Amino acid sequence: MDIIQILQYSFIQKAFIAGPFVAIACSTLGIFLVLRKMSLIGDGLSHVSFGAIALGLFFGFYPFYIAVPLVALASIAILKISEKARVYGDAAIGIVSAVGIAGGAILASLSKGFNVDLFSYLFGNILAISGSEAVMSVILSLVVLAVIAFFYWDLFSATFDEEYAKTTGIKTDFINTLLTVLTAITVVLSVKVVGIMLVSALLILPAVTALQVSKNFKTALVLGGLFALSSVLSGIILSYILDLPAGATIVMLNAFFFALAFVWKKIA
Amino acid sequence: MATIIEVKNLSVRYGVSTALQNVSCQIEQGDFVGLVGPNGGGKTTLAKTILGLLSLHEGKISLFGQDSAKFGEWQKIGYLPQKHTSINPLFPASVGEVVSLGLLSAKKRPKNITTSDWQEIDALLKDIGMIALKGKLISELSGGQQQKVMLARALVSKPEILILDEPSTALDPNSRKQFFARLEKLNKETKTTIILITHDTGYIGKYANKLLYIDRELIYFGKIADFCPEGKDIASCFEKKGGHIIWHQHS
Repeated sequence: MDIIQILQYSFIQKAFIAGPFVAIACSTLGIFLVLRKMSLIGDGLSHVSFGAIALGLFFGFYPFYIAVPLVALASIAILKISEKARVYGDAAIGIVSAVGIAGGAILASLSKGFNVDLFSYLFGNILAISGSEAVMSVILSLVVLAVIAFFYWDLFSATFDEEYAKTTGIKTDFINTLLTVLTAITVVLSVKVVGIMLVSALLILPAVTALQVSKNFKTALVLGGLFALSSVLSGIILSYILDLPAGATIVMLNAFFFALAFVWKKIA
Repeated sequence: MATIIEVKNLSVRYGVSTALQNVSCQIEQGDFVGLVGPNGGGKTTLAKTILGLLSLHEGKISLFGQDSAKFGEWQKIGYLPQKHTSINPLFPASVGEVVSLGLLSAKKRPKNITTSDWQEIDALLKDIGMIALKGKLISELSGGQQQKVMLARALVSKPEILILDEPSTALDPNSRKQFFARLEKLNKETKTTIILITHDTGYIGKYANKLLYIDRELIYFGKIADFCPEGKDIASCFEKKGGHIIWHQHS
């Protein structure tokens, strides 16, 4: 099948508009999360998005309007639970994640009407993204990337050495909250691309691939973006040609790039 | 000389345990203070409280005449932490990027490392013999080299106060000698105030003009000459004052 012909389909065009922005936002945040050993926060927040989407469907709202603020609140809850309740970060993620899934399951059981809709979010489908969803994905991804650019040096310093960052006047508590809220927004956006079950892969895989081969921090961010972009674009095309699920194909391509980077590092 | 750090009746607690009790001292511009005490005696706690990393429970700290809670000119204070080993081996930060972090305190958002900043970083790295390693990953350096990079990070903002927490432990004898010669030069030529946390009494005797000796409370603060008469081995002065804390590695 001709690539030019594929690109003329409206659903492919929408996927090609939204996918790259979401992918770059994911990989950029992923670098900070992986280096802070917070990789699984994406997994936890994606589970919360399951509950939030169920809530939206239950009350008849557009799910993403509910999911963005709720998942952002959940991300702050994770930070507060680990700070105030003397619970380790991974345990705090586990608590919030479990509540999200349980809440979603209860709402699905109560409604008896939207199970098919809800479960379609588990694996996502970027090829089914609507025009308004594509626009929202682009705008929110740009907001996430702009905030990261504005606070780039603070994020870098607080990620490299939080204690030292404080001695240079950086408000690290604010930076940590900012990072988790940005992650929450990005997770919700990614649900449409790869689905709830695979969101964390979009955050983690391009980042760890870039970290295999980067010699400085800026290169890691750029390479992470390139790996994410390549996997999303080629994943969309391949999934269409081979009639495979788009989200899973994108994740498998990301895993392939990681394996390549790993082997390259070993032989280089 | 003007007082630039004033600690008044400072008490710091970790939960119910007291780390520091009623410590007071006045450090003047150009002082080279040796901060000594036994392990767990509160040296690092005092340094971190001055830097705003720990909360004080009682007392007051003034930096450059300003209450430390309201102080914002952190570029005036350089800090070399104790544990260079905390560097994440996976972190892809180059030597140049790590040194540039020392310049952030003087910058307003959106922060940017300018061409002239990079020139300053280059000059400093050249000065400490690390320019060839500027593009190398910090995690690929030896412990001693990493310590030099952290010193460059502390120095790059040209601070008026330098707080060094056991800075020479990872350095070989030659590097240690060069390191202390650099501190002496900074102290003498630019009147940089230095607070040096160390167990090495030899270097304190050789370079410091004041001694701050704490063991959860203040044991002694004042001129070295008043603590230990000139010509006398400083290690023996500590021994006389119950100095079970001090070891002497300097030669």
